[in-house]
Amino acid sequence: MDSALIIEKGIFIVVIFAITMLMAMYSTLAERKIAAWLQDRIGPNRAGKGGILQPLADGLKLFAKEEFMPDTPNKFLFILGPAISMTMALLTSAVLPWGDKLEIAGHTVILQATDIDVAMLYVFAVLSVGVYGIMIGGWASNNKYSLMAALRASSQLISYEVAMGLSIVALIMMSGTMSLREIAAQQEGMNWNVFYQPLGFIIFLVCSFAETNRTPFDLAECEAELIGGHHTEYSSMKMGFYLFGEYAAMFISSAILAILYFGAYNYPGMSWVAENWGANMANILGIVVLFIKICFFIFFYMWVRWTIPRFRYDQLMNLGWKMLIPLAIANIVLTGVIIIIADKYL
Amino acid sequence: MSLDTISLSGRKKEVSNKKMNFWESIYLVAILKGLMITIKHLFKRKVTIKYPEQIREFSPVYRGQHMLKRDEKGRENCTACGMCAVACPAEAITMTAAERKPGEEHLYREEKYASVYEINMLRCIFCGLCEEACPKDAIYLTESKVIVKSASHREDFIYGKDKLVMPLEMAIKNSKSLN
Ligand code: SF4
Ligand code: SF4
Repeated sequence: MDSALIIEKGIFIVVIFAITMLMAMYSTLAERKIAAWLQDRIGPNRAGKGGILQPLADGLKLFAKEEFMPDTPNKFLFILGPAISMTMALLTSAVLPWGDKLEIAGHTVILQATDIDVAMLYVFAVLSVGVYGIMIGGWASNNKYSLMAALRASSQLISYEVAMGLSIVALIMMSGTMSLREIAAQQEGMNWNVFYQPLGFIIFLVCSFAETNRTPFDLAECEAELIGGHHTEYSSMKMGFYLFGEYAAMFISSAILAILYFGAYNYPGMSWVAENWGANMANILGIVVLFIKICFFIFFYMWVRWTIPRFRYDQLMNLGWKMLIPLAIANIVLTGVIIIIADKYL
Repeated sequence: MSLDTISLSGRKKEVSNKKMNFWESIYLVAILKGLMITIKHLFKRKVTIKYPEQIREFSPVYRGQHMLKRDEKGRENCTACGMCAVACPAEAITMTAAERKPGEEHLYREEKYASVYEINMLRCIFCGLCEEACPKDAIYLTESKVIVKSASHREDFIYGKDKLVMPLEMAIKNSKSLN
């Protein structure tokens, strides 16, 4: 039984890894396509049909590039930077519930790598370590622009993590658990958390943009001021790791958004499907629905990127400390009051 | 009316630097408005022309690649007077004149001809002033719709007589249709 479980989890982890990679790969294409569409162009369309092979071509190009190493005393840290970035982006996926469960040959497969009861804390811990990727890379590059980018990124991420954590506190107060699996299960049907926590969702969404370093919060790689930001000195696949890690992080963060606020794998009519077509069918549909939600959020990330310019640094800090944090605290108070009132009178 | 309130175009807007209120400073409304604008473009017709397969339509007054004409007897018209080179605002044309030898009357119409005639296509702006300046109706900007080919050396863009003079077959066809 034990070894069967290990094999099952092993396969599951490999599949999740592959899917994350695939999504990250095709996010690069989607980014360029969506940028083009929003600007009335058609985007890359030469590699394969409609540009479908473009990510492969990009990857191949990155592999073929010269591996350049600046004259830095921190060779080890220089390599560690992109590695951390990538690892941390992938680690989060371990606790995300991708679906409910499947019955395969009388054996129940839970569609989650591991269900820990403090999953939420784990997610936050991993996200916070992610900033080290940028910080170490920028520091080890021995380049003032990279260092500036690293400074900016770390102060930005630290400030937005506060608001993010506070917005989640309200959610945890409401659901009474930190396990992502239970939070997902609670949102059955159309009981999505976004309807109960609209303010929390908006705060979380804004902070997600900051955490993934996406426009309008991509000050770390602000080309106009900082050349390439923290990856100025990187080339070849080390650079690829940074870029790739960023897209993987975007995918994971979309998944978190979908799971926490948009009902995870739940969809209206799920119980009907389970009754008429079987529980397996319902859960497979659930996975599909979850991926549709994730894709929507990825699209949303890109949509925002091609709509608004990046913030100025003081605007960024003002928004984080003077707007989002007070709002998040107000949200906690509001949630608490409503919970008490609901307990008393309903 | 003071000078800085006059608006010649009628589109001048006063810039106000008023302090943003809470809702404005959280940017959400402005961002939503922006998102609505960009999403509209997602469904607009794309303006891209997929070049090698699709070629942009030429304007009817389009001026194409130059050609040095031959007359109805197949002789080159150009007499190397240099008027075109003088008229050229981009200084794209250079030439060397030569005297027509006895026995070459079937090749060149005038007593003097251009032994070398070069246009630098990187300099040329296709303004057509050479065509206007020519007293002998020798140089024309055709409607051939041929576009100067891309090349990797600058020298390849200097077009000599081999590329500019009207091909003999074309001249033969022209004089046949005249008779
Ligand atoms: S078209 Fe204009 S620029 Fe070109 S060669 Fe003639 S005069 Fe010069
Ligand atoms: S093309 Fe016309 S203007 Fe130019 S040198 Fe020949 S005859 Fe003169």
